Order: sequence, then structure tokens, then C-alpha cells
Amino acid sequence: MGISLDFMALSPYLGELLRGLFTTVVLTMVTTLAGLMLAIVVAYLRLNAAAWVGMALGGYVELIRNTPFIVQLFFIFFGLPALGIRIDAITAAFLAMTLNLAAYSAEILRAGIESTARGQLEAARALGMSSLQSYRHVVLIPAFSRIYPALISQCIIVMLGSAVVSQISVYDLTYAANFIQSRNFRSFEAYLLVTLIYLLLAIGMRQTFLLAGRRLFAYRQGEHA
Amino acid sequence: MTLVCVKDLHKSFGELEVLKGVDLDVASGEVVAIIGRSGSGKSTLLRCLNQLEQHDGGTIEIAGQHLDAGAMTPNDLSRNVGMVFQSFNLFPHKTVGDNVMLAPTVVRGVDKTVAERLAREVLDKVGMLEKFDAYPAQLSGGQQQRVAIARALAMNPKVLLCDEVTSALDPELVGEVLRVLEALAKEGMTLILVTHEMKFAHDVADRVVFMHQGRIHEQGPPRTLFEHPETSELKQFISAIL
Repeated sequence: MGISLDFMALSPYLGELLRGLFTTVVLTMVTTLAGLMLAIVVAYLRLNAAAWVGMALGGYVELIRNTPFIVQLFFIFFGLPALGIRIDAITAAFLAMTLNLAAYSAEILRAGIESTARGQLEAARALGMSSLQSYRHVVLIPAFSRIYPALISQCIIVMLGSAVVSQISVYDLTYAANFIQSRNFRSFEAYLLVTLIYLLLAIGMRQTFLLAGRRLFAYRQGEHA
Repeated sequence: MTLVCVKDLHKSFGELEVLKGVDLDVASGEVVAIIGRSGSGKSTLLRCLNQLEQHDGGTIEIAGQHLDAGAMTPNDLSRNVGMVFQSFNLFPHKTVGDNVMLAPTVVRGVDKTVAERLAREVLDKVGMLEKFDAYPAQLSGGQQQRVAIARALAMNPKVLLCDEVTSALDPELVGEVLRVLEALAKEGMTLILVTHEMKFAHDVADRVVFMHQGRIHEQGPPRTLFEHPETSELKQFISAIL
């Protein structure tokens, strides 16, 4: 049986596709920024705050890293209302993705922070910097540069993982594909197109990160290493 | 005028007692070179003076300020004391200028333009002004160490601690760093140096302190100390290095 591709069958649904693409892109941009900022805070507190704070955050990180993302998402969207916390689907998606990315990134970042040379910290301290000042101005950028490739991959994984938010009725790219194939029965074309779009998003995201990295870590270009 | 006053200083790392009661007074403008075998406690003494190591017993007073890392912020601790390290420890992601301007702006809250003027001034003093926009990785070891000295000077310390600042340098780069220190000494900066450069200690220091097994074993003006050592330990040390 031959397959006849008919991409023109998708053309009436361009609006739905764009709407889904828009949601996926915005959701990814917002959660990437929020997740990384949260990771910076979590990584610092895990290493510097009181023991019980460190343990609580360690619990959060392990909980996220050892449970499926879709369960985390369902818990936030379907579980929390039982406690009287009712949030809409897009907010639940934003929360789940941010918490997920922050946990993984905090753990990745921690490796970068812990590999900071002791001399760097001593120099900062001898100059009168507090541990927070030294984290912000001395530790953070070199730590990021050491773990940057792993961090890029993690952000892309979360972007791709965002496909499951369609399961709680967020109108993202995957939701659009489901919607279209349920109308025109062209599931092969719909999913093929959406697969390609995800691929392009991942490539574009990686390139954007690499470009930002070249600016952020410009100091490394002179290194003899 | 006594600037640094150390009394009966004790410091242990676990079971190992590294400082066993050190008394040391340093006058304002004095240049003190601390020599001794590795493990004699000289670096530990220096690191106690800015509380990178917290002492277990005894007292340290610098410019009338009692040092106690537990009771002071890093900012308090850095007010009077600057430090230069063996391995430079410049911040690799910051330019030479930013390395020097960072602590004045972040710790002291100095205005950016004022900090830049200050940075240019101290960098000029160490002969590194033309590298203002370079990154540390683009500099030689000697140049990096001169920037590190400028970075410490930008915080306007009353005393500058130098922990084997030429030990990580190629021999041909040692001179440029020592010349900077010599010029600082001439200007009246109080310097306490742990050093293996005996010629420098001999020529520039006002006083040489020989440490042995966690105590100050012998001290005096360099000529007396090097030419007429009294204790057998110092005699042995001097003959071993010459």
C-alpha cells in the first residue's frame, strides 16, 4: 500500500499551527529564563544556606529528578485543586516546566560551582566580598561556562518535553497537531510537520544558546588551555 | 607606630599544631620578610592575618582592629589588609580593569567612574595600564601578578600580605614583580612577605623573620641575620639555600 502525502490538506489549519507554535515558543522562553534563574538561587542556597534549607532543596531536586514529568504536571493541574489550589492549564504548564528545569539545572550548575578553584574564593574573600557577592561576581560565570553544554541540552529536553502539556489542554504545537489530524484524518502529515518544527526549534534554540555563550564567555577565547 | 600586633598566636589543623605561639609586631611602613622551610608555618601566619585561616588562640590586632573572623564580615576583615597570592587568582572572566574595579564597586559601593579612575591609577603604578581591557588569560604570569597587586592596592590597604608571590613565575618574570614590590616599599607601604627570594629579602626588607616549627626562631635586620645567624637551624637553612 502506497502512502500519498498531501501536505495541502494541512493548509486550512495554518492558524491552528501558528497558535500552537506561538504557545510552545513563549512557554519555552519564559520557563527557560525562570527555570535558570531559580536554578541559580537553588544552587547557591544548597551550598550556603542553613542545613535544613539545603536538605529541603535537596529533597525538591531529587523528587523532580526521580519522577516522570507528566506525573508532576498532572499533580499540579489535577492534584493541587484537591488542596484548594486551582490554577489554569497554562499556569500549571509554566509551573511544572519551570520547577522541572530548575531542579535539573541546579544540579548541573552545582557541579560547575563545586569545581571553582579555592584560590578564586580566597581572592574574593581577601578583597572583602561576602559569599553572595563572590557567588554573583566571581563564581557564577566561570561555573556556567564549565557546564554550558550540559545546560543547553537540558533546556532543549524541557522544550521537547513541553509536548505533554497538550495533555492538560494547553494549546501548544502538539495540541495543534492532535486537533488537525482529528479533523482531516491526515495524522501522518500533521505529525511529520510538527516533528520537523520541533527539530527546527531545537536546532534554533541550541544556536541561540551558543551565540549567547560566545558573548558571555568571550574571555575564554584568549585561553591557552 | 605599631600597625600589626600579633600575640601568642596558635593555629592547629586537626592534630597538627602549625603555629605554636607567634609574637610579631610590625611597624607602619616596615617591610618584613618571613623565611623558613615549607611547613614552618609562615604561610599559615600570613593567612591568619586576614583570617583566611581562623586562629585558635592568641590575638591579632591590625590598625587598632581586633581580628575575629567569626565576629566580622569579610568587608570588615578586608578594610586594612590586602593580599597577593602565589597563583595570582585573577578572575578569568573579567578584564584587567574589571578585576581591579570589582571590589571597590561591589564591596565599598564606590561609583563606577571613581572606581575606574582609581583602577587606572593603581594599574599605572604597576605598569599595567595599557592592558586595561585585556583578559587575564592573555597576560604572562608576571603581568597577572602585577595586576593582582594593583587589585589589592585598589582597596587601599594599610598592610599588604604577599604569599610567595614569585614562586609560580618563570625565572625571567620574577624581576618585574619584585621591582613593583620594591617601589611600594619605597613609597612607605607596609609589606609582610613570605618569600624564597633571599636576595630580595636581603636588599629590600627592614627585618627578616625566620620561622621554624611553628615559632619565630630568629629575627633581625637582614644583614645581621644572613651574615651572622645565631641559631644552628638558621645557619643550616641559609647554607641549604645559598
